[in-house]
Amino acid sequence: MISFQVNKKPASFAGDRNTPLLWVLRDHLELTGTKFGCGIGQCGACTVHIDGHAQRSCITPVSAIEGQSITTIEGLASADGVLHPVQKAWLEIDVPQCGYCQAGQIMATADFLKKHPRPSDQDIDKNMTNICRCGTYVRIRTAIHRAAELAESGE
Amino acid sequence: MSGNEARMDLERIDVSRRRFVVTGASIAGGFVLGLPAIGLSNDVVGGEADSEHQIGFFIEIAADGSVIIGSNQPEIGQGVRTALPMLVAEELDVEWSKVSVRQMPLGIVKTADGYAWKYGGQGVGGSTGLTGNWDFMREVGATARQQLIRAAAARLNVPVSSCSTRPGYVVCSSPAAEIPYGDLVAAAARLDLPAESPPLKEMKQYRIVGRRQKTIDAMDIITGKARYGIDTREAGMRYAVIARSPYLNGRVRSFNDTEARKVDGVLDVFKIDGPEPGEPYLILANGVAIVATSTWAAIKGREALQIDWDPGPNASDNSDAFWQQNHEMLKSTGQVVVDDGEFDKAMAEAHQVIERHYQVPFVSHQPLEPQNCYAHVQEDRCHIIAPTQMPSGASRAAAAVTGLPRENIQVDMTRVGGGFGRRLTNDYVAEACMISQKTGWPIKLQWTREDDVKHDFYRPAGLHEMRAGVDGKGKVIAWTQRLVSASKYYRRPNMTEERLWEAELYPDDFPRKIVENFRLEYFHNPIGLPRGSWRAPAHTANAFVIQSFLDEIAVETGQDPLQLHIDMLGEEREMEYGNHGGPTFNPGRLVRLIKFVAARIDYQKQRPDGRGVGLATHFTFGGYAAHAVEVTVSPQGQLKIERIVAAIDCGFAVNPQAVEAQLQGGTIDGISTALGLEITVKDGQVQQSNFHDYPLLRIAAVPSLFETHILPYDDTPTGVGEIGIPSAAPALANAIFAASGIRLRRLPIGDQLQKAMAG
Ligand code: FES
Ligand code: FES
Repeated sequence: MISFQVNKKPASFAGDRNTPLLWVLRDHLELTGTKFGCGIGQCGACTVHIDGHAQRSCITPVSAIEGQSITTIEGLASADGVLHPVQKAWLEIDVPQCGYCQAGQIMATADFLKKHPRPSDQDIDKNMTNICRCGTYVRIRTAIHRAAELAESGE
Repeated sequence: MSGNEARMDLERIDVSRRRFVVTGASIAGGFVLGLPAIGLSNDVVGGEADSEHQIGFFIEIAADGSVIIGSNQPEIGQGVRTALPMLVAEELDVEWSKVSVRQMPLGIVKTADGYAWKYGGQGVGGSTGLTGNWDFMREVGATARQQLIRAAAARLNVPVSSCSTRPGYVVCSSPAAEIPYGDLVAAAARLDLPAESPPLKEMKQYRIVGRRQKTIDAMDIITGKARYGIDTREAGMRYAVIARSPYLNGRVRSFNDTEARKVDGVLDVFKIDGPEPGEPYLILANGVAIVATSTWAAIKGREALQIDWDPGPNASDNSDAFWQQNHEMLKSTGQVVVDDGEFDKAMAEAHQVIERHYQVPFVSHQPLEPQNCYAHVQEDRCHIIAPTQMPSGASRAAAAVTGLPRENIQVDMTRVGGGFGRRLTNDYVAEACMISQKTGWPIKLQWTREDDVKHDFYRPAGLHEMRAGVDGKGKVIAWTQRLVSASKYYRRPNMTEERLWEAELYPDDFPRKIVENFRLEYFHNPIGLPRGSWRAPAHTANAFVIQSFLDEIAVETGQDPLQLHIDMLGEEREMEYGNHGGPTFNPGRLVRLIKFVAARIDYQKQRPDGRGVGLATHFTFGGYAAHAVEVTVSPQGQLKIERIVAAIDCGFAVNPQAVEAQLQGGTIDGISTALGLEITVKDGQVQQSNFHDYPLLRIAAVPSLFETHILPYDDTPTGVGEIGIPSAAPALANAIFAASGIRLRRLPIGDQLQKAMAG
């Protein structure tokens, strides 16, 4: 039995210890906001925060997260429903097309901005590697800069 | 979807819609609205609507004034779930902020001679989701508004002419009164429909349409609440994956499931029969299905399976051989499908003849949501929940597998994580039905990324020989395109050899009738790879080839490429256009766009060595686009895209926000594909498997300087889902030439520049 926290609530998993966290979240905990895109760590659709760091849950076996704290897209906004600055920026810039990659993009950006609070375009190019098949990159770039502004102004 | 296929499907939709007016109501929307709201409890707007608040199938207005509008089309990221309800809301006259949207299921009803649409034609492909519903959805809104007005007039006992509306209210002038829509719905729904649709608004009266409206589902998407097919979970549901033949047209000789069945959670393992080689595809491949209690258990079970594959008739298929054969075939004469003027004579008289070969590869769709489908087949009915572009195709696929009458097959649609043409085909629906039928369980079939890369209906690959005859003044007087490709129409029912070319060449494309002596020739080179409609189908290949070649003609004849475009396209005029997107093509609209993007990017400016600008235009499915791309190429062959300017003329932009998104996305798709994407075959097997070797573009390759412009033209909207892609790749290739002097005639670009610079 592996015990951990998801979105501040206790959770556990008793099945195959090698099961990727992605499938534990989706099939067992019914948190389907985290998406399956490639299963090999390439696309970032499955990005979640593990102890505050963005990780690709499709290549993270559940055994590796014993005792750790997971945040998924469902838990990114604060408990009283106030959106994270990245989510606010995503709405403002109207980033999504099909939307399938966007949970991963948002989770990746939220962590990226902790490390690069006012990123340059080069910082974005170097660190943001999530795939968007619809090609929303132009708006993702704008929204990252906007999220940085919102976070800085405490919004 | 190809032009022809799109047209075929739309004709079906159109005809059915007309046929559908079985009650005698004179407009499409009339019948839909005309059905009494009562008794529709299960398939109204969202499923749980209250008939007291429902007016027809599409509109529900609550007492508090909130409005729920049904969206009958699949949302694949193109924005129909926002755009179509905008049309209804505009004519209904409600505040857009009060509107929410519910997905409608597939609606078909059995008629004496087949099936007819209940909610109007449903299906998205060929950039028709909006245009096909432009009149219909406005009529739905306008008719409902009219009924509300009539209900109010009756209640107030005043003539209808003294009533009008403001958003959400019927307003009466004398006696002065206002009644909220919510109070009138029940009465309005009971009124007979007028014989004719009420007049529609003038464009200048629009408050919602033509303005930027954000994605209506954005909040759900950014909080993880939006539901895609992959998120389906129903009571008693089991999970399945399939090990499909890695060999094109291969089959299962035998399999050993001893280890697979030992995997915790695996419930069943059995063979799945695919089509015979050469037969139309119901599903793509033979294989073995694994059913389990979770997705991961099914995947693990598949890994533990031992399958002995019979490689089948295509075991020696190789991409290298395919391209060699293409070159060989060009030495003979193909099927001449267009022969205007006196081509041979003009060619013989030409002052200069220019000949080039271009190579466009097989590519795969790869929507980010892998294929999946929920199916529950029972003795007398079947329930499908699918991310699909063609819900009626899903119903047909389910009927083909189960033998059930289609009226007993319920098809629900989810939001779709990308289409690009992949989900025009419902093979995964058929697979899910096969597994559910065999086991009796409700099944969610899941494809992995590897499944999606190795099993697709790929965009056809082709070798294009282009030849132009130019007179002494630099005017192109003869033009031919000789194409060898693996036609998309291969393995289709009722398709003759003589028509295979129709999927690959759209004869009325530029420069037909502009160059008088014009010939198109086609050769079909079959290969075992399944082929299908990939966003803007043959336009992506042909725009790359034609727009690159035009640039080469300009260079060879010492003309400026922009000027050559302008000279050849000429003035504004309507030319006949018989392919999908017609009936006319106005080349002057492309001139306006190419001049615009050229000016924006400062095309005339002298640039240093290693930096250059390329231009291209294309007319796609009724819409017009142009691209200007600026790149730098280092002495080592390192390519950097510095700037992109894209412009679209889609007539009238219903939702400029979504048009811009499609133009950005289409451009990036075109460039992503041109830079690095190719599917190859070795010994009868697809060689790529996932994003490491099928590298979709990431943000780093997309320049910060990226502009999109919408140039309004008239009051007729065209679709926009595919317009933005075809001219992107040739603009890039032309820019690379301008920067480096290296002409890339083979896609993808890959490491060709580095190699050329080194050698
Ligand atoms: S699904 Fe995890 S990186 Fe693609
Ligand atoms: S929005 Fe569709 S994949 Fe990113």
